[in-house]
Amino acid sequence: MPIENISAAIHFQDTAVAYGNHTIWQHGNFYIPKGSVTAIVGTNGTGKTTMMMAELGLMPLSQGKLTVLGKPAGADNRRIGYVPQNYTATINSNITCEQSVLLGLTGTSFGIHFTTKKQKAKAMQAMQFVGIDHKAHYRLSQLSGGMRQRVAIAQALVSDPELLLLDEPLANLDLASQHAIIQVLEKLNKQLGMTIQVVAHDLNMLLPILTGAVYLLDGHPHYAAMNDVLDAELLTHLYGTKVQVITTPQGEMFVTPGAVSHTQLDTHAPQELASIHHHEDEHCRHQ
Amino acid sequence: MLSYDPNWQEVLQSSFMMNAAMAGLYIAIAAGVIGYFTIARQSTFASHALAHIGLPGATGAALFGLPISLGMGAFCFIGALVIGALGKKASQREIATGTVLAFATGLGLFFARLSSAASQQMQSILFGSILTITHEQIIGFLIFDIFLLIAVTILYKPLLFSSLDEQVAQAKGVPIFWMNITFMVLLSGVITIAVPAVGTLLIFALIITPAAAANNFTNTPFKAMIVATLICLCSIWLGLLLSAMFPTPPSFVIVTITTIIWAISKLYDKAIRNS
Repeated sequence: MPIENISAAIHFQDTAVAYGNHTIWQHGNFYIPKGSVTAIVGTNGTGKTTMMMAELGLMPLSQGKLTVLGKPAGADNRRIGYVPQNYTATINSNITCEQSVLLGLTGTSFGIHFTTKKQKAKAMQAMQFVGIDHKAHYRLSQLSGGMRQRVAIAQALVSDPELLLLDEPLANLDLASQHAIIQVLEKLNKQLGMTIQVVAHDLNMLLPILTGAVYLLDGHPHYAAMNDVLDAELLTHLYGTKVQVITTPQGEMFVTPGAVSHTQLDTHAPQELASIHHHEDEHCRHQ
Repeated sequence: MLSYDPNWQEVLQSSFMMNAAMAGLYIAIAAGVIGYFTIARQSTFASHALAHIGLPGATGAALFGLPISLGMGAFCFIGALVIGALGKKASQREIATGTVLAFATGLGLFFARLSSAASQQMQSILFGSILTITHEQIIGFLIFDIFLLIAVTILYKPLLFSSLDEQVAQAKGVPIFWMNITFMVLLSGVITIAVPAVGTLLIFALIITPAAAANNFTNTPFKAMIVATLICLCSIWLGLLLSAMFPTPPSFVIVTITTIIWAISKLYDKAIRNS
């Protein structure tokens, strides 16, 4: 019987999810420490978003156990901030930033509830944190994609979550906006100690703040500390294309596509995988 | 040719015109409230489709000598349950919805041609006949409006949350399936009471167009609902007045006014974006 880990924000115990009879991933056995910043990485269709859905209890498990903040997944989502993919891409509404952020506090209340000064102050605080307080009364439709993404993060923050889940928060943003989002995430982690998990295609922008990564490979999720993930061979198998890890003289690391290879890449050969990642020591490689 | 009726004041004081004006008030309230959510939920095409799904119900009711609103309402209600159960994304599936819409319109025509009574009703169902609204219908509209306002008051925040950010609302525990069903059922009710005013073909201009204009003029959902209601009301009342002065179909004048207001709102929106 696996022991519940009190330092775990998210704990997978032989976890599997399936769409009907089709297993998306299985045998998830790892934990993500509190206070960490992790990325969920993998090629398209490996179940990255599904993993986030499972953590929110919106995707039923087909096997095993998934504990989030000490409770079964989905049991206490008030303590989780969630920013879905393309969250604010299509807004057909006149709603302002402030109203959108306030929905994070009041959106689940049935009946008549007038917004209190305290709630407005809380929303303003969240907007200040992500640097959009000067746009509080702008309509979402008047803002750029990067600004809207920050509104979405402010909405997730307004209820003081302990865990923040973001699905592709950098997608379709220009470099400056990506950088601004990364700064916000770093601040949340460093100043508030918030545990952050990000679904990401491109690791590079996130590398400076990541402490670890969950990688979905061969139908299994694995967790590893960042140094172990930044392995060219592993990333090559993970992405199914030649990948190089480059370290600059300043010590910054980049993941970059390597030279075009004409040899067929086999990302699923078990004997190869066995030499790259080890199932038995995945639990505590982070610290 | 457009002619001027010098006796228009007498026409305005007639009982059918009074009924039309009162019905206009109740229709405006219902359309103004639901229009905002329909746009926020990106279900505008579904609203158009629901009106057409109601068409065979309306002509079928005429065929069997039943009240048209009853047949219309029943078909709209069933259509709403199906679209609602399929989820919010289903109401954005334009091809499937459009195909059902076309089939329903064809079926409506088929029923209409089965009897002369239904055939006579066809034009008023398609294009509205606000001047023939009865006192009983008005009572029905009033009861529906009270029900709608109570429902929206109770559901306001979760309905708004699920309309704007369905995934987040779901994660936070809003029952989005029931929100969807409830919204579609409320929408079907609004369509049922609005069809007598402008008909199934022009319903978009009464439910969606004023709400879209209000969205451009205001910056809160609540204000948008109030302004949409006022746009709707002004369009219907002004439409009745102008159609009395210059005998024309009221539906035509009503949708013309909403369209003009919407065009002005677009210019206003563009101006504030550029300012």
